[in-house]
Amino acid sequence: MAITSAIGGARMTFDSVTDVLAKANERKTGDELAGVAARSDAERVAAKDALSELTLETLRENPVVPYEDDEVTRVIQDAVREPVYERIKAWTVGELREFLVDANTTDEDICAIRPGLTSEMIAAVAKLMSDMDLVLVASKMRVTARCNNTIGERGRLSFRLQPNDPADDIDNILDSTREGLAYGVGDAVIGVNPVTDNVGTTTEILEATRGIIDEYDIPTQNCCLSHVTTQMDAIREGAPADLLFQSLAGTEAGNDEFGVDVAMLDEAYELGKRQCSSAGPNVMYFETGQGSELSGDAHHGVDQLTLEARCYGLAKRYDPFIVNTVVGFIGPEYLYDGKQVIRAGLEDVFMGKLHGISMGIDACYTNHIQADQNDIERLAMLLAEAANYFITVPMGDDVMLNYQSNSYHDAASLWELHDLRPAVAFEQWLEERGIMRDGKLTEKAGDPTIFT
Amino acid sequence: MATNNSPDDHDAVLQRIADRNPSRLGVGRAGSRPKTRTLLEFRSDHGVARDAVQSHVSDELVESMGLFPIQTLVEDKDDYLARPDKGREISDETAALLRTECKQAPQVQVIVADGLSSTAIERNIPDLLPILTDGLDQRGLDVGTPIFVRYGRVDVMDAIGEELDAECCLILIGERPGLATAESLSAYMVYGPKRGTPTAKKTVISNIHAGGLPPVEAGAEIADLIAEMCAKQASGLDLTADDREFAK
Repeated sequence: MAITSAIGGARMTFDSVTDVLAKANERKTGDELAGVAARSDAERVAAKDALSELTLETLRENPVVPYEDDEVTRVIQDAVREPVYERIKAWTVGELREFLVDANTTDEDICAIRPGLTSEMIAAVAKLMSDMDLVLVASKMRVTARCNNTIGERGRLSFRLQPNDPADDIDNILDSTREGLAYGVGDAVIGVNPVTDNVGTTTEILEATRGIIDEYDIPTQNCCLSHVTTQMDAIREGAPADLLFQSLAGTEAGNDEFGVDVAMLDEAYELGKRQCSSAGPNVMYFETGQGSELSGDAHHGVDQLTLEARCYGLAKRYDPFIVNTVVGFIGPEYLYDGKQVIRAGLEDVFMGKLHGISMGIDACYTNHIQADQNDIERLAMLLAEAANYFITVPMGDDVMLNYQSNSYHDAASLWELHDLRPAVAFEQWLEERGIMRDGKLTEKAGDPTIFT
Repeated sequence: MATNNSPDDHDAVLQRIADRNPSRLGVGRAGSRPKTRTLLEFRSDHGVARDAVQSHVSDELVESMGLFPIQTLVEDKDDYLARPDKGREISDETAALLRTECKQAPQVQVIVADGLSSTAIERNIPDLLPILTDGLDQRGLDVGTPIFVRYGRVDVMDAIGEELDAECCLILIGERPGLATAESLSAYMVYGPKRGTPTAKKTVISNIHAGGLPPVEAGAEIADLIAEMCAKQASGLDLTADDREFAK
């Protein structure tokens, strides 16, 4: 299927929908490494032009990985509500963009077309959008979810407290949790990445985090981010997990690299609904990130943004409480510098919200990427009204995963800058503990000994 | 839990939390922002890490260690970071040079590569390499011409080992720096190096630096492992089930 563009005077031809999608991306090292990127800026814009003229029907009919070859494609295609799709299938991608950015298009209007969209359509429109387009539309969509508290309401911004320790030392994990709580973070989840992936460690971490939540009656949820099967074994043996976590990829082969498939995730979801220690109904937590499929050689010649969108299409099946992209973690061969990380972060949050999932972001970077703390502070400021939550670690330094993210400090700064508050029940709790008053940190805030 | 009654108790508890944790805890705040000193210490640690990635191993070190210098297909640091595939390969000209200038078919081929931390090479190689070389000699192993690779990735040892027909290959390479240390070195070893050898067939010792496994001890440990690999004609998971490493 040859697709052409004549923008800028030169006629350019593309081999397939997949080819147009890849070449229409903003520049990313991962697409260049995969050999699917545009070879020049002129070709990139020509691909955007060609893409803008494609109909949603063409995108539905040409999934980037064939239906019969890939269960992620099947999950996405089978979830489409056909009458809604019928109403919008003649729209071009360019028309979809103009619908989304229109000031008269409300959140409700977007909700009305959402069930007719596939992940490829959402990826396509993201490729046509400027950074400001992405922030504008992502900020007007509200997606709420409920576990022990409610996340995503208007005027609210939540944070994951990530108290990782390089030795899974429970006392250290609890100290870091106390410090984070004293800064008012932790309403999205108190979530620990363990070093050791086994039932014993997972249970220990879940019991410790649940212990502090119970002791201080904190309206939040805990999670231990081991492999989902480890968590399932732990909760079958009675461990208190409020959320079940798993990393996702946008292809069946990519999920195979993560050691999961749809049947296993279905089982986890069913188990979670019955055995998680939280109120629910949303009990799942997923992390994603552009480039993971290529790093596992599971990308099928598809660009990393489109594959990232498909992660959200898969995540949606499980009504997750929270989903976040770990946007700068993967390394410079996928996202080279601060510019590419910021762009990918805006795309991911926009795409997640348009899928209708409770979307957050780990705005982060490793030490071999051309970025620093200023880049991710900038990303957080851009997304404060668009993302449901951010990841925070002590002083931005995760000493277990060896990367940097937002600091516990950044929460109050973002609330102040954007006139936002924590989740309702959590804000009340912070007031009761004397940590926050009228949306501002009190004198005693920031002191972990409040909780000793 | 105990409640803190006096300011002294409070400060002691806070100090204990700050001291015993590897994380940056008990740091306080200025408004909602970090204190100036805390912020600058954080930026300083990141600066050291960035410099380790961006700087080059000096010609003096390469010369003083008697290393034969070559370069991968990578052209500069930017290219190195963006194209791991190029950091695993050498050109035909470089391969030809290896065949004329280096010892052919050695039992053990030693390679030093900058990787993601030139600082790790500068700090550890002067102590580690002499111990390692002595150790290999003492075990009666036939050691090839030691090589330095600029812009090298771990798997460049497969290409070099294949070109030189080495029985086994060892690469000492700078790890991705953390904020805690930018000096950490890894040693990867493979028996029967061939292009495309999977990671599971490689043996690794990591965290080599003054605050981890000291370079002198690492040199001796690596010599032991190489001798075992040559005796058992295997590396990685094939060498011993105990070596298994599970990726996240």
